[in-house]
Amino acid sequence: MSDAKKFMYINRKAPYGTVYAWESLEVVLIGAAFDQDVSLAFVGDGVYQLTKGQDTSEVGIKNFSPTYSALGDYDVNKIYIEKESLEARGLTLDDLQHLVWEDEDEDWAEKDSIRVVTSAELAALFEEQDIMLSF
Amino acid sequence: MSTLHTVNKSAYERDSLETCVRLASKGNSVLLIEDGVYSAMSGGNKSSIIEGAGDLNFYVLGPDVKARGISEDRLIDGVKVVDYKGFVELTVDNDKVSAWL
Repeated sequence: MSDAKKFMYINRKAPYGTVYAWESLEVVLIGAAFDQDVSLAFVGDGVYQLTKGQDTSEVGIKNFSPTYSALGDYDVNKIYIEKESLEARGLTLDDLQHLVWEDEDEDWAEKDSIRVVTSAELAALFEEQDIMLSF
Repeated sequence: MSTLHTVNKSAYERDSLETCVRLASKGNSVLLIEDGVYSAMSGGNKSSIIEGAGDLNFYVLGPDVKARGISEDRLIDGVKVVDYKGFVELTVDNDKVSAWL
């Protein structure tokens, strides 16, 4: 793991109007197989990707929102939501899916994956990264 | 001349809804589709575009609202939900359609 790099995936688009959100999720899942230190940030309209209750049965598009709940199983458990983006859209954490992961160092205790952070906190996290990928 | 305007992008992502509302005439109809439906949610910084639009009729496409997990009680008052049949009817009832991309 010494050569593990810190990857930050920045998600800025709403889920179904374009293919960016789905493409990002696919890249994250593929990348997760390579034992890297992965973080996800949801910024701007990207926060809409994680809303609860998505039902695409009438629009003929695959509903990929349940896939986010699998991220914890791939050790992707650092999911940052920009507070300012959430608030600008009249949303709160309650409007988003509850994503969790199990910490094997603490007898598989279930922990929250989502952290709401300010722009300044997110900027500081970006500074720590080796690689940034924006979708 | 009655006009139906369609807007398919979020007002938080680009200015197509603001431009549409600014340039639409009184009595015109605006149908929000695809990511455009996010602009019809109340309580956001961009909700005022629709709330302050005056004499325009606003519609959202129900299947797109549902796909995005938006509950109808979160929509701005006065915004009507239509299905695909309603979309067709709006198209037929108006003289022309202006699609803001």
